[in-house]
Amino acid sequence: MASPTSETLKIWVFLILPLPVLVVLGYVVPTAGVLGWSFTLPEPGVQNYAAVLEAQRLQTVIWRTLRICLLTTVISVGLAYLIAYRWRFATPRGRQLIELVVLVSFWLSMLIRAFAWLVLLRGDGVINQTLLWLGLIEAPLPLVRNEFGAVLGMVHFMVPFAVLPMLNSFREVDDRVLNAARSLGATPGQVLRDIFFPLTLPGMAAASGIVFIFSLGSFVTPALLGGGRAVMLAEYIYLQMFQLSNWGMGATLAIVLMAMVVVTALIFGRLFGFKNIVGGLK
Amino acid sequence: MSQGRHSGLRPGLLLSRLALVLACVFLLLPILIVIPLSFGDQRYLAFPQNGPSLRHYQALTVDPWLGSILQSLSIAATVALVSTLLAAMFVTGIWLRRRFGTLLTGVVLLPIIVPQVVSAMSFYYLGAQLGLLDSFAGVAFGHLLMVLPYSVITLLVAYNRIDPAMFRAARSLGASVGRAVYDILLPNLRLGLASSFFMAFLMSWDEVVVTLFISGLDVITLPKRIWDGLRYSLDPAIASVSTTMVALTLIVMVARLILAERTERARRLDPDD
Repeated sequence: MASPTSETLKIWVFLILPLPVLVVLGYVVPTAGVLGWSFTLPEPGVQNYAAVLEAQRLQTVIWRTLRICLLTTVISVGLAYLIAYRWRFATPRGRQLIELVVLVSFWLSMLIRAFAWLVLLRGDGVINQTLLWLGLIEAPLPLVRNEFGAVLGMVHFMVPFAVLPMLNSFREVDDRVLNAARSLGATPGQVLRDIFFPLTLPGMAAASGIVFIFSLGSFVTPALLGGGRAVMLAEYIYLQMFQLSNWGMGATLAIVLMAMVVVTALIFGRLFGFKNIVGGLK
Repeated sequence: MSQGRHSGLRPGLLLSRLALVLACVFLLLPILIVIPLSFGDQRYLAFPQNGPSLRHYQALTVDPWLGSILQSLSIAATVALVSTLLAAMFVTGIWLRRRFGTLLTGVVLLPIIVPQVVSAMSFYYLGAQLGLLDSFAGVAFGHLLMVLPYSVITLLVAYNRIDPAMFRAARSLGASVGRAVYDILLPNLRLGLASSFFMAFLMSWDEVVVTLFISGLDVITLPKRIWDGLRYSLDPAIASVSTTMVALTLIVMVARLILAERTERARRLDPDD
């Protein structure tokens, strides 16, 4: 039998280390390279970062990104709260059904969603055709290839991400506490507002953090459904890289986006505790 | 029902149930619209007018769609296999030797919060340095790094259910570490390994952001082809490809559920477990 030390060494070398080494080589090293690009392309200096702080067009993109993400977070967490709330009080079969709907939606490809929303929302799409036929509108509504379409698509994508972490904290709400409130004469509205809502707040906070952070990097959905009128940071990076070949600015904005994600994560961690956020993911 | 004495015809309750139904319809709407479109009988994208037809599915059996499907399948299978293997090695390692386990797990899971587009930039940088842009290896490597953290999470969950006493018993009876891992840990990890494989497969099969950055003319995965199709026109083949992808996802989900149920039943029936 091998000696314990050589065994430990083997475990470290053959089992533990390959993955962290791969992550460092595949992520940390190239990210450092991207950081390098942001200071050296097209010429050495900090002019890329100066542009981020000054250029009107970049400011517009950054503020639009934050605005769309905030809107997406509020709407999708609200919808998710409703779904998780009904799930909490559903029969076992009802729960299974809700879980199935959420999971199917969770695994649905971003591209398929975008395709379906385009078919539904475009000028001669299903929704406009129906409204015209019913005589409710006289001309097609601009529902897609604008900010409305982008937000709708992002909400649709984010609802399952918000529901799944909420289910845990909703499950833990003790029935006896709710019954105690009811038996003391609380109306259903009061039970919801004064008992249920405060108890589920940590789960909701975790879901909001996750949705906001994921939204910040949204690319496919706003690019396809925003149709160039709702360009967010991620799409702007893509355009810088592959349409303008401005690698320096693309790299700079990638670093800015990463910084926004880290700051958001730190704020949410500070406010609600990292444990809650991470625990919500399980 | 848990609503207690307030259940019944309370307007608030009715309203929230109605809202739930509407929310579920909203979530499933894309699927409900894509499936009938895929059976359209016109040359362009439309609902069936004279009965369903398979003409848009025929487009998938020839190039360029077929080539992309095969390319995506082979990348996804490779990525899922390697990702599960690497994650299993890592998680087994930190299960055996717990020092620095939390720290290393943190390092390995950190990429989850990195926005996809930032990862894509990093892989583009790496690919440009190594000459791996627009190659099978480059795209597979990018996908691998994207899915690895999820394989690790899946296997960490699986390891949580293993009783360390079983492993220690085998060791104290003289089994080598390798033998104990193979005979004791692996059989108990089957569900976790399968879950990791399925998840990694679906994520790679679906990946578009990283692929857009690091592929070009030679490697055109299915999602990239759909992306191109969506940008320029609404190719009706996208409807049939979407329906196929939904069907594949459902099959994988159901297969996982069945496997989970079987494992659970075996666990209950086997008193030694």
